[in-house]
Amino acid sequence: MAKAAKTSVEETPPEEGVRRWGMVIDLDRCTGCQACVVACHAENNVPVVGEEESARGRSMHWIRVERYWEGEYPNVKARFMPLLCQQCTQAPCEPVCPVFATYHTPEGLNAQVYNRCIGVRYCANNCPYKVRTFNWFRPQFPEPLDQQLNPDVTTRSRGIIEKCTFCVQRIRRVELDAGAEGRDVHDGEIQPACAQSCPSSALVFGDLNDPDSRVSQLARSRRAFRLLDFLGTDPAVIYLKGGETNV
Amino acid sequence: MSDQTPIAGEEEMAELSPDLRDEYEGRLLLAQRKDWEINEAVLRPMMETGPRFWIAVAVLGAIVAWGLYAWGYMVYYGLGAAGINRPVYWGLFIATFVFWVGISHAGTMISAVLRLLKADWRRPITRGAEAMTAFALMMAGLYPLIHLGRVWKFYWMIPYPNNRFMWPNFQSPLMWDMVAIFTYLIGSSLYLYLALIPDLAMARDHTKGWRYKLYRTFALGWRGTEGEWHKLHRALGIFSVVIIPVFLSVHSIVSWDFAVTIQPRWHSSIFAPYFVMGAVYSGLAALATILVVVRSGMRLQEFLRAEHFDALGKLVMVAGMGWIYLWFAGFIVEWYGKDPVIMELIHDEISGKLAPFFWLQMVANVLPVILLAFRKIRTNTKMLLALTLLVNVGMFTERVLIVVGNLQRNYLPFDWGSYRPTWVEVSIVAMTFAGFILLYLLFSRIVPYVPVWEIKEGRLRYSLRRIGRLLVPTAAEIE
Repeated sequence: MAKAAKTSVEETPPEEGVRRWGMVIDLDRCTGCQACVVACHAENNVPVVGEEESARGRSMHWIRVERYWEGEYPNVKARFMPLLCQQCTQAPCEPVCPVFATYHTPEGLNAQVYNRCIGVRYCANNCPYKVRTFNWFRPQFPEPLDQQLNPDVTTRSRGIIEKCTFCVQRIRRVELDAGAEGRDVHDGEIQPACAQSCPSSALVFGDLNDPDSRVSQLARSRRAFRLLDFLGTDPAVIYLKGGETNV
Repeated sequence: MSDQTPIAGEEEMAELSPDLRDEYEGRLLLAQRKDWEINEAVLRPMMETGPRFWIAVAVLGAIVAWGLYAWGYMVYYGLGAAGINRPVYWGLFIATFVFWVGISHAGTMISAVLRLLKADWRRPITRGAEAMTAFALMMAGLYPLIHLGRVWKFYWMIPYPNNRFMWPNFQSPLMWDMVAIFTYLIGSSLYLYLALIPDLAMARDHTKGWRYKLYRTFALGWRGTEGEWHKLHRALGIFSVVIIPVFLSVHSIVSWDFAVTIQPRWHSSIFAPYFVMGAVYSGLAALATILVVVRSGMRLQEFLRAEHFDALGKLVMVAGMGWIYLWFAGFIVEWYGKDPVIMELIHDEISGKLAPFFWLQMVANVLPVILLAFRKIRTNTKMLLALTLLVNVGMFTERVLIVVGNLQRNYLPFDWGSYRPTWVEVSIVAMTFAGFILLYLLFSRIVPYVPVWEIKEGRLRYSLRRIGRLLVPTAAEIE
């Protein structure tokens, strides 16, 4: 993948080597309440495009809850699957970008450089999870949304791709604070907005390279699987298979 | 030169049987023309433009202006003005881009390949073909700009040295695309221009006013000395060889824009040859269409004769067979693979909502292959015009199916979508069609459309010679 990115002046974390941020999503716990979606919009200054544009396939969510119906009425089951950027290790979006706007950080994050993006949308085409969103128009934050923009996150311009960052601003904040206090980052200290807001704690975030972290423990579950694993994308998001969820 | 050629006289021709006479007349027709007659026949339609020409220019200009307005509108408001969405991130723009790159192919193929093979019938059509390549590529080259989210940053794709050491990503097929198209555009323009120099000099010697000034500048002081001809032939020979790999690579690279992705039905190893063959097919068909129109529009019946349309029709037919073969080779593997997403896409095409487009593509691409097998149809310009137009309707539909049709489905059914172009996309596509015709029209009135020097050279080839009592048409080898 993007080899040039590896030489960037990224601060390597102390001692325990490189972190690998990952997430475990327990499908048994997901109720499909969409709190994660709302939290993500608020945290990351994701614009709300409205009904009309949504119906045309222009909705902008960095995380969305995909709902699948199984069976015929009246024996219908609903399955919910929160889908966000899988932060693939072998990300299909990365090699196709002509300008290195999408690249791999040393911590395994799949970063999007908004300033560098020219909007060819090739990455979005090559993303099998379709989790990249495009700014079709100039993003608007109608009253009173403009009053609650997160100052830690830049707003984006039209004509570029944006996507889930695992709330990189929160990761950096905790890392910097921990560095200033001369200690390690505790497991569970970093919480992306979606994980923080999940009422049933279906989303768990942490360092997959730390075998004792909660994500690592959950990832060893027999129920663990990775979405579209056969494509060889090596995602950092691990799902725990759900049982029956009746609606 | 023409004095050395044994010219068949009336009485000799009369000795021949009627069948042979027809055939020889076609071949020897130009051999009997004097230099000045050919010059005159080519220059006259160039200088005389009737009201129909200017009406056409005005209408086409208006369409181009409207398309530019639509483009401006889209740049101002954002790409959302087009119909593309998630998951159909690429739409009519990219489909038309592939179409134009395809059209641009036949020009070089006809000219370079036939020049290398010393196929004599190429002579009167090379310039028209090369011009088609250049203008179609110009139109194609617009689309990578048009479809950018931030077109004002397009130069970031160009590998230029800068103090931040930021290079474009050479792993990206879009990067290869840009390099390939620039190379091909520069190469084919130079190729067109080189072969044009002697004719510009000829035009310079027969014109006055602004035309004289223009031709004098671009003829680069051509005098037609032995050394100049030698150099020209060498240069054209080198270009013919060098441009063939370029022309193969360009459409392969365009196909890899799709084939290197992991999108079902795009990820296919047959895409490169399939695209190249499709490009040759649609390009040759477009060339035949253009030649039929130009022939009657500029009264070039004398130069563009049945034998040329016959040969071109055969080439279109062969390319069409190749296209059918490669399409089938791709399709059958997909069918037996039974990948669920691919099967969904195939069902959509054959019996679903894409069926009208799919069957239009099949009929429009297969029917001409069958009909062009007949010489009567190939040499009937009206039939040829209709069939070659049909080929390009089919090929355009094919491009739309490949780009838009396949993007509507992917591995996660929740993210399936559909696509409908907006007025902005339609206007911009219309702009490039009108722009192409406009450039071509103006070109045909500014430079000699028929390569006069090649015709004069080819004239030396055929002669009627008497061997004993027998009258034999001879064809000499010309280097």
